[in-house]
This record gives sequence, structure tokens and C-alpha cells, in this order.
Amino acid sequence: MKVWLPRDAAAKALGAEAVAAALEAEAARRGVALELVRTGSRGMVWLEPLAEVEIDGARHAVGPMTAADVPALFDGAAAHPKALGPVEALDWMRAQTRLTFARCGVIDPLSLSDYAAHGGLAGLRRALGMAPAEIVAEVTESGLRGRGGAGFPTGLKWKTVLEAEAPQKYIVCNADEGDSGTFADRMLMEGDPFTLIEGMAIAGLGVGATRGYVYLRSEYPDAIEVMEAAVRLAREAGLLGESVLGSGRAFDMEIRAGAGAYVCGEETSLLNSLEGKRGIVRAKPPLPAIEGLFGRPTVVNNVLSLATVPVIFEKGAAFYADFGLGRSRGTIPLQIAGNVARGGLFETAFGMPLGRIVEEIAGGTASGRPVKAVQVGGPLGAYMVPAQFDTPFGYEEVDGAGGLVGHAGLTVFDDGADMLEMARFAMEFCAVESCGKCTPCRIGAVRGVETLERVRAGDAAAVGLLEDLCETMSAGSLCALGGFAPFPVTSALKHFPEEFGAAREAAE
Amino acid sequence: MALDTTETRHARLEAILDAHAGREGPLLPILHDVQAAFGCVPAETIPRIADRLNLTRAEVHGVVSFYHDFRDEPAGRVVVKICRAEACKAVGSDALAAAAEARCGVAMGGTAPGGAVTLEPVYCLGLCACGPAAMVDGEILGRMDAARLDAALTERGA
Ligand SMILES: Cc1cc2nc3c(=O)[nH]c(=O)nc-3n(C[C@H](O)[C@H](O)[C@H](O)COP(=O)(O)O)c2cc1C
Ligand code: FES
Repeated sequence: MKVWLPRDAAAKALGAEAVAAALEAEAARRGVALELVRTGSRGMVWLEPLAEVEIDGARHAVGPMTAADVPALFDGAAAHPKALGPVEALDWMRAQTRLTFARCGVIDPLSLSDYAAHGGLAGLRRALGMAPAEIVAEVTESGLRGRGGAGFPTGLKWKTVLEAEAPQKYIVCNADEGDSGTFADRMLMEGDPFTLIEGMAIAGLGVGATRGYVYLRSEYPDAIEVMEAAVRLAREAGLLGESVLGSGRAFDMEIRAGAGAYVCGEETSLLNSLEGKRGIVRAKPPLPAIEGLFGRPTVVNNVLSLATVPVIFEKGAAFYADFGLGRSRGTIPLQIAGNVARGGLFETAFGMPLGRIVEEIAGGTASGRPVKAVQVGGPLGAYMVPAQFDTPFGYEEVDGAGGLVGHAGLTVFDDGADMLEMARFAMEFCAVESCGKCTPCRIGAVRGVETLERVRAGDAAAVGLLEDLCETMSAGSLCALGGFAPFPVTSALKHFPEEFGAAREAAE
Repeated sequence: MALDTTETRHARLEAILDAHAGREGPLLPILHDVQAAFGCVPAETIPRIADRLNLTRAEVHGVVSFYHDFRDEPAGRVVVKICRAEACKAVGSDALAAAAEARCGVAMGGTAPGGAVTLEPVYCLGLCACGPAAMVDGEILGRMDAARLDAALTERGA
């Protein structure tokens, strides 16, 4: 019997290891030959651990599994009380356009032959036949924008590095993924690591960089393990090294663990950290593309930006650019989190209205209570409310509604959420994680916590102070940590003034 | 561990430093290895690390103190990390954190008297669709509540 079961951290956190052990034990007890393939996750976290069993050539889903559900699986998966039918026919799967995540949950993450059998390496082979400027042009034409938060055109960044003259250039993958409500980088690295490696190799060929680093947060031990194993396998197979796939062109890379600092997701802080320094933000200019790692021209891109490059080269820039809305081309892997009925990863073309994502795809809250707010774009993103649910999910569109696409995390809250506490937390987080280089962020965040505590204590006049403080932080901070931390605060204040005592003040 | 004399500690540090010789930007990987070997970054290792990397002691100390991961003293026998970030707060991690403090007898960020447990906040484990999330001695746990945390601690004799 062949069974696929995720080894993704979310599946493990929900008991996948106990299910795997029960599968082995039950197979031994029955004398059945079991082929257990550990995969990434399909992204349906509410169904994890989700087992898949082959029936008539199709993979059928059964879940969420517990060890107690295992024996019945051997009696016939189709009749299992938790049988869900063919995976690909599930609503969640059919409604998606999985380009970046096409292989995640499907293949054995550490099998290069599985990878190649599912379209892997086709993009790199094509890129090997192209001149660097053609590679960069292809990325530009795809319309790909940075998935790390700022949405900067990836092709433009690569062009700057290509045109910079230097004896050594670098590709740095930002896998710091510190935003609450996001986990797509983790899922991709755990479920389809060769895609990231392939994307980085193509980037290297495109800009003339022979060395790459993945800066991977230490909170992701599983992802670190999988990525390190994948790099070793890729090197053994000649995908990395002196001569990439026998082309005579070199590219090699290594994995570096972070050390628990949110600000190290900011690209210049990340570069300092990689160099072995304190993760202090650098003033820009110079841009990392000109003076990056060790002062050399460096591409810093998010995991998803780089992992989307292979499919762009496999299917062509036009194919990718055909999806999307306005200036947001292609697909975006949404991460739906918090108090939701169906949380997980959902990849779709840009443009889906926020409300459809929250109400239809995610099924509203897990508690069954009304949705109060959705924080879009992580801890530096605004709280958006149901009245804004017609906002299409695109960079300019969400920005126009006062929000931030960021790394495309959506954290849902029900009507029990305490928005004053969420605002206080935003400031506290900024205070804890500030690198300390600029005063508005370092001091402002501490004052922000104090001011919000005064508001909590009934001092409604402190609200005015809070507004001034937010303005100072937004205008005067060196990077987007201090610059954007006021967004959740001001948006909470705007949508829920009564929770900040403003209603009380008006009544008095 | 009984053989953890000054000489063996010294030899372990040298072995770590040798293993990273010639790498680009080796300080963080070295500090991770030192902490894995000694349970923290002991003050006495800093001058030697600085020496080998051609840095000042102040520079190395500055790096150690910047990052949340590095400790200057070993943690308790069991390390419990509770996610305190937004997506977990949306599903009740504040209550979990309070229960953890009561169960462990220590405030978030501290080590219980006697050294049984260290309780720490963590800001997102990437388990935001199955929170509240926690990590107990490196094991990741989703949809945590007070009862399951208690079981995980009891299982580890804490
Ligand atoms: C405080 C802060 C944290 C950030 N964290 C991340 C992160 O975890 N991952 C990421 O890719 N980008 C993060 N960024 C954005 C990076 O600075 C940078 O824009 C990005 O890595 C560029 O890659 P991209 O163009 O592919 O998005 C962060 C920015 C700030 C200000
Ligand atoms: S917010 Fe708790 S795991 Fe992400």
C-alpha cells in the first residue's frame, strides 16, 4: 500500500509523527508492504495530518488523521470515515492556481527524480541556453514583484546587479519570514526545496553571481534540515557546484541560520547578520544591489520570489504575466491564519476580493462568530474590516484601501478581539525587535506602549498623543519596522475608536 | 558531561573554531555551535572567539547580546516557547501564556527556581493556521491548550 503523509511542520505539530508510527506498526501487524512517502503539505492545515492513498491511479485524501484512524485506512481508504475523495477534486484545491506551489505536497521533497518528473529543472535548462541579459529580461517581462513585502520589481533589481561590475556577486535568499500569519516560505522550503535552489541558480546565471546564501530563521528547524539536505543532494547531482548541470557555469550556495531577531528580515540588517555583525539596519543608499554582502553587488530576494522563477522559465514570462490584476502579475500564495475555519495556504491569481478569501475560501472564523478584523501583511500591516472586503487582493488595490499586501498573510480575528490590546502589542513587538539604530523606532515604540497603557487606564486624552507619536515614527524611522509599526495601531484606532475611549470622551 | 573539564571545554571550542575556519562571515554559525555544545555562549569563550576572528571582545559580545537566541547562562532542563504573535493571539495564546506561567511557576522570559523549566516568548513559529503554537524542547506543537502543555511537561518530568 502506498501512503503519502506530510512531514511539514504544521502537520507534525498536529500529530503527523504519531500517525506515521501507527502506519508502520499497523502495516507490520498485518504483514502488508507499506510504501510511506513523506511529502510537504497541500496547505489545508485544518485537515492536517492529511494522509493520501492511491485508488485507481488517483490520490485520495483522508483526514485529519490520528493514530486511532490508521487501522481503518488498511480496510479500504475509500470507505474510511474520514475519506474526503480525490485530493485534486477538493474545493480548496480546485479553486487555486498553483504555480509556485505546484509540487508542494505532491512530491517527496528530497527526491530529485520526483522533482524532475514534475517539471523541475526545465526552467534552469532553458535559462542555461540564454544570455544573462535575456534571463533578466524574462523575469522583467513576467511582471514578478518581490514577495517579501515591498513588491519591488524583481527584474529591475536583477538588472542593477547584472550591470554592476565586481569580482564577486551574491544571491541572498531572505528566508527570515518573521511576520505573524505567514508560513509560505516555510512550507515551500519543507515541501519543495529544489524549487528554491533552482530559482537561486537561475538568478546566479542571470546576474553573474556564483555564490548564494539562504538566511533561514532559527525558529524553523525543520526547514533548515530539509534545505541543508537538499543543497547536499543538489551538489552531489551536479545541480550546484563548479559546473551547473554540466554547463561550465558555476553556482553554489549554503544555508545560514538566523538567531531570533525579527529585524534581520529587513534586507540590510540581514546582510549585516550574514557578515557576522549585529543585525543593525544600514542606511540606503547604497542599495544592496550595488553594495550588498561584504560590499559586493547582491540580489536579496524573498523565498517566494526566487521559488517562482523556475515556473516562469519553464512556462514562459507571458504565461505567468497572464494571471493577475493591474500591476500585480501572476499568482500570490495567500496564507490564511488566526481565527479561521479553514486556515492554510491558498495560491491564486492576484485580484481576488478580500471578503471572498476570508468568507468563502477560509469559511469565516473558527469560533463561528462574526469576523471583526483581518490583519493583512503581518505585524506591520493594517487591520482591515468587513466594510473593506470588496478590496481586490493586489499591491496597489490593498494600498489604496490603507493596507499592505506584505508577505500576503491574512490573520483573522472574531468579534472577541481586543483591538486596544492588539495595538499595544504592535508597539510592544516593535520595541522588543527594534535594532536600536534610529530614535523614532527605538524610543517611539516604548512610548507607544506606555501611551496605550494610559488609554487602557482611561486617559482618553492620550489618544491624541498616540496619533502624534505614530506620525513621528512613520515619518522618521530608518526602515519599515518603525515606519510601518504604526499601521496596525492607527487602523485599529480608525475602525474601532470606541475601544480607545474616544466614544467615552465624546459622550462626556 | 562528568568529563567536562576545562581542557575538554577548551578543546571543544577549538574544534568548533577550526571547523569554521575560512568561511565567509563565520560568527553566527560559530555562536550557534558554541551554544549547542555548552548550552549557552559562556563568557570565557568570547576572548578566544574574538582572537580567532580578528575581532574585539566588545564586537563579539555585541553580537551575542543582539540576538534573542544566544544565552549567557544555560537554560532550564526543559525549554518551553510560547508563540505570542498576532495569529496565535487571535486563538487564545494570551490565556495559554498565563496558564504556562502558572504551571511553570515563572514569568515569561525566566527560568523556574531549581532550573526545571525555562519559559520564553517566541514571535511566530510559522504555525499560524493551527495556533496557539508552542515548542517544548524543540518539539513543535499546534492547537495548544493548558491541558496539553501540562501533559508535555509532565512527560518530560517537569
Ligand atoms: C522589519 C522588516 C522585516 C522584514 N522581514 C522580511 C522577511 O522576513 N522576509 C522577506 O523576504 N522580506 C522581509 N522584509 C523585506 C526586505 O527588506 C526586502 O524588501 C526583501 O527581502 C526583498 O526581497 P523581494 O524583493 O523578493 O521581496 C522585511 C522588511 C522589514 C523592514
Ligand atoms: S503567530 Fe503563532 S505561529 Fe505564527
